[in-house]
Amino acid sequence: MQSVILKTATRLMVGLMLIFAFYLLLRGHHEPGGGFAAALVAGTAFALFVIAEGPGKVRAAIRLRPTTISMIGLAVAVLSGIPGLFLSRPFLSGVWWGPQTQPFVGTPLVFDIGVFLAVLGAILAVLLALEEI
Amino acid sequence: MVTTGNGHTSHHGYCRFGLVASLLPALLFLFFLSCWPDIVQGRALVVDRPWVPSLDLILRFRLDGLSLLFALIVSGVGTFVSLYSAGYMVGHRHRRRFFCYLHAFMLAMLGLVLADNLLLLFVFWEATTVFSYLLIGFDHESGSARENARQSLLITAGGGLALLIGILLLKIAGGSYTISTWLAGGDQIREHFLYPFIFVAIFLGAMTKSAQFPFHFWLPNAMSAPTPISAFLHAATMVKAGIYLLMRCHPLLGGTVTWMATLVLVGGITAVWGAVQAFGPRDLKRILAYTTLMALGILTMFLGGESTEALTAAATFLLVHALYKAALFLAVGSIDHQTGTRQLDRLGGLWRVMPITALGVAAATLSMSGFPLFFGFIGKEIMYSGALAEHLFPGFAAVAALVANALMVAVAAIVLFGPFAGRLAAPMEPVKETPWLMWLGPIVLGGLGILFGLIPEWVSYALIEPAVLSFHSAGEEIRLSIWHGFNLPLLLSVLTLTSGAALYIFRTQVCTLTVATFARLPFSAEGLYAASLAGFMRSAEIITARVQNGSLHFYLAVIIGFVVFAVAWPWLGNIAITLSRPGQFGGNSAAIALLLFIAAAVVVVVTARKRLAAIGGLSGVGAGVALLFLLFGAPDIALTQLLVETLTIIFVSIVLLRLPPMEQAKKRSARRRGIDALLSISVGLLLASLLAGIGQTPLDRSLTDFFEANSYLAAHGRNIVNVILVDFRSLDTLGEIIVVVIAAWAAVTLLRKPEGP
Repeated sequence: MQSVILKTATRLMVGLMLIFAFYLLLRGHHEPGGGFAAALVAGTAFALFVIAEGPGKVRAAIRLRPTTISMIGLAVAVLSGIPGLFLSRPFLSGVWWGPQTQPFVGTPLVFDIGVFLAVLGAILAVLLALEEI
Repeated sequence: MVTTGNGHTSHHGYCRFGLVASLLPALLFLFFLSCWPDIVQGRALVVDRPWVPSLDLILRFRLDGLSLLFALIVSGVGTFVSLYSAGYMVGHRHRRRFFCYLHAFMLAMLGLVLADNLLLLFVFWEATTVFSYLLIGFDHESGSARENARQSLLITAGGGLALLIGILLLKIAGGSYTISTWLAGGDQIREHFLYPFIFVAIFLGAMTKSAQFPFHFWLPNAMSAPTPISAFLHAATMVKAGIYLLMRCHPLLGGTVTWMATLVLVGGITAVWGAVQAFGPRDLKRILAYTTLMALGILTMFLGGESTEALTAAATFLLVHALYKAALFLAVGSIDHQTGTRQLDRLGGLWRVMPITALGVAAATLSMSGFPLFFGFIGKEIMYSGALAEHLFPGFAAVAALVANALMVAVAAIVLFGPFAGRLAAPMEPVKETPWLMWLGPIVLGGLGILFGLIPEWVSYALIEPAVLSFHSAGEEIRLSIWHGFNLPLLLSVLTLTSGAALYIFRTQVCTLTVATFARLPFSAEGLYAASLAGFMRSAEIITARVQNGSLHFYLAVIIGFVVFAVAWPWLGNIAITLSRPGQFGGNSAAIALLLFIAAAVVVVVTARKRLAAIGGLSGVGAGVALLFLLFGAPDIALTQLLVETLTIIFVSIVLLRLPPMEQAKKRSARRRGIDALLSISVGLLLASLLAGIGQTPLDRSLTDFFEANSYLAAHGRNIVNVILVDFRSLDTLGEIIVVVIAAWAAVTLLRKPEGP
């Protein structure tokens, strides 16, 4: 779609939406948000990008193939389950670092990042494939 | 540079990857050899680890005499095949993949013969089927290779299913999954009314795997695999898996009339059938494949016996056959590799240019035809005494063995003299001997045939007796010897050699006769297979054309209609009751406003004349629902709902706006629109009634309480929804994202423009 207004707005919006997605991803453990919602926001951002600039530019911008992103996401999610095994707890048990009562960061966040990447990759894959028909 | 039959060119040399990979079977072989002193004294090595205890699936491995014999054959032949392949596969595009498959198969096969848990054995059994499929279809650009791979997969995996049924029935009948306990006898199983079913199911598994008549035809077709694979899987190891299973089952299921009659008859028919058909083809590899059928038939036939002689004959012939057949296959691969052909008519006089390979083939064929002083002779002597000692049909067994062996002698002569004797064909002038990696296997394996033939007492003490005692409690000692005196088996041996020589002299006539006879048969097992497969495919096509006619409208109508029917049926009585009661939020004015908004949006969707308007209306419905969630205190769900709705609308618009405008679409008839309306209204009413029903039952809050209490303390998160997703139920989430990725992948594959034809 050739529209100067859309293109200019998109440039601004995509960045903001991606930052918002990142924010949703990180705050998900305590406030509404999380990996899935973040992936949806990021996916919407890329959808806007695709509509304004065409799939070629988006592919160039994300560099990796969407399916590769998904695979990385799945790998991250699976790997986040490993540390628990070393503490002889079941696969995917949460492991936390930091003070006992208020830990900083834990494997659930890593798992959520995996969810984010897997879902985002899936959205991007279908989106780009649809636009390229 | 020599152009090989596989269409690749090879420099002299070897594939380094393959050479290094050969260390694996070699080290395994040495390991098993180091266990031998223990085994020969009757001890067994056991490894026991739980795997899925609730299913009685235990990682229990046990190395006893029979497992050791098989493990030595698998790893020993595996070593030579792997070394050979390092020379054979030089320069092949997928040589690394080849070695991965080869060694993965070998490990699966070792697992099969070492497993002491029947379910574990089944797991490895299926693994060998899969790797056999991959290896037969290794040359995957060839249509016939794919076809043959699929054939073998369908037949052996079908047999695998039968075996699984047999295993489960065995459990129902009170049998133990621990194989080593079977030696104590299975009177309880044999007298159980399920015994015939268990026997048939397990025997079907063994028959398909070991290519018994009438499932024999996949084995000759499996020769489209690279030759080292044929040597390893389809001569020395995998096809013996069925034999191994029968040996293991012998103390548990054997000894009944059903067992003896079936095995002797099926084995005998397979042996003679295979041996006769070996005369037909002119392709050396196919000839060998048919002789393998004969060997498998003979082995099955002897396992039908109950006497120590018959079972010893089976164990001995197993070793004899593995040695000579692997050597012959490797040598035929060498001939193919060096000359570019396996056709008998184009080969001749090769002993001048490939003397070492010729020597290996000579040793192997002499063992195969059972000349005195060769291990094959010992095998044949014990075979005849075993056949005469069968409890059922000893005459049939002896005649079948005699006919098959006589034919084998003639085939051995054809395989030896055909390519090697006579004059060298003109285009064969520049042919050279293979590199050492490739003649090593035939020479060593063929040479072992001579060595074992000279020291049969030692072989029987070291290998055969421990193997037989693992599945048969013999009273007497088992000793093989070169000279048994003048007796009936010796007479039969002499008869075999002379009639074999006669058959060789009249080979052209026999060949013509065989080909003509088989061409006249009204139907063949392979024809039945092909016909049933074609019928299956045709019925699938008919059903697919009906059910998947490409109309999305039809699909939706079927899905929604079925849901309405399936859910409304049991819920029918409640619909009126649930809908008659007002909901709890009757007084909430914001909610009522939202509901009115949603209803208006629905009207827009239904009455829209343009797609864009319909899409807009649809997004209005989604946004309204999201706001409802927000109103009732579920911000997380509202957020997700809103985001999903946004993305869905984008996707839907991308797709729908590409379709021709709605005004051009053909109007549906009033009747079909009526059906659609009826479906929509009924699914709406049903859902409303269900939701109202759920609202009217008291909620079980115990799970909610648990998560509320523990989400911060145990999982350090205040957002319960997210904590459930990424911590408490993270395995579910993992499964879900895997599904999402697979679905996306499938969608991309469907959407991708087809490349090429």
